[in-house]
Amino acid sequence: MATTESTAAGIGPVEDGSFYNVDNPAPVIEAPRKRTRKTPKSTRGNFEMAAWLFMRLSGVVLVVLVLGHLLIQLVLDGGVSKIGFAFVAGRWASPFWQVWDLLMLWLAMLHGANGLRTVVNDYAERANTRLWLKGLLYTATVFTILLGTLVIFTFDPNIR
Amino acid sequence: MATPTLDKADAAGAPEPGFADSPYITVTLRVRRFNPEVSAEAVWEDFQLEIDPKERVLDALHKIKWDVDGTLTFRRSCAHGICGSDAMRINGKNRLACKTLIKDINPAKPITVEPIKGLTVLKDLVVDMEPFFQAYRDVMPFLITKDTNEPTRERFQTAEDRERFDDTTKCILCAACTSSCPVFWNDGQYFGPAAIVNAHRFIFDSRDEAGEQRLEILNDKDGVWRCRTTFNCTDACPRGIEVTKAIQEVKRALITRRF
Repeated sequence: MATTESTAAGIGPVEDGSFYNVDNPAPVIEAPRKRTRKTPKSTRGNFEMAAWLFMRLSGVVLVVLVLGHLLIQLVLDGGVSKIGFAFVAGRWASPFWQVWDLLMLWLAMLHGANGLRTVVNDYAERANTRLWLKGLLYTATVFTILLGTLVIFTFDPNIR
Repeated sequence: MATPTLDKADAAGAPEPGFADSPYITVTLRVRRFNPEVSAEAVWEDFQLEIDPKERVLDALHKIKWDVDGTLTFRRSCAHGICGSDAMRINGKNRLACKTLIKDINPAKPITVEPIKGLTVLKDLVVDMEPFFQAYRDVMPFLITKDTNEPTRERFQTAEDRERFDDTTKCILCAACTSSCPVFWNDGQYFGPAAIVNAHRFIFDSRDEAGEQRLEILNDKDGVWRCRTTFNCTDACPRGIEVTKAIQEVKRALITRRF
């Protein structure tokens, strides 16, 4: 087995002078990833499909809701300077804006959380990392949705 | 060119100085080498070659293996883009070494050659393809019919029905698509584009009767829904299969359950 001088350090013929033999075998190459007959466990149910569809549908609705929201809050009628307690109180007196904001809150939070869930799935490699990141994500999502919903429904314009 | 002629071997050794219009140019091949019996680390090794730019990267690798360093290890069988053995990462892009001409990949700079990513490297450019083929087997890539009797006549199919899945019949299982997929790189649990392409080939075949079963398999949490439509697979496919489109068609079939 001929090699030349261009051979880099650490690479060379292994036939002669190998320090591996029956008693001292070469290290086993651990596969960093496995896909075998047993893994991944097959899952039944349409959750992933529902999540995928939800992302598309909620995205379309959110374009209308969020752009409308930004237009009303920041552009029309004096822009951001008009926003105050009275402005919010006036808007939430109408069920239409209550529903608008509620829908925007739920869709945006679930859309964002699901997006982050897929990011965690794609980038976190260890099961434990995934568990913790998703736990944190779901906790934050549930907390924000519940708090926001509570505020929209129990908002009291006469608070002092 | 499978067998080197004597001319070639001479030219590789010493380009004749008298010929100004010699077709040979000097290229540097930067090969990512790994030998687990010597070192746990992979290293880049440069090889300088005199080669006709109209030759292929595979010819350059042959030249190295036959004339320079016989320890260089890579897979190839037919060397003509049919067997799908020599998919590798050339200049950062998954290609078949036997279908990539030197002149097409800027020979002025060193040409990097690496094993495909996401699969365990066994030695130099050879990877463990087992996870890839396991995903392939999992989608049941064979004709399934409810009628268990031996057929007595040909299973007829109209030209239009055949056209429906024509694109996905071209797959040669080289793993260029699956090993270019960033979702597959993460943990290798995703079925990968190649398995989905081969499921598509039977799901949309009018003669096959297990489309529903295959769709259910791909409805898995590591099935088609992990596709992020980054189009790496379509770019990588040496057969020009519209891989991402096939995956999207499987998604659509799953939602509408019509195929």
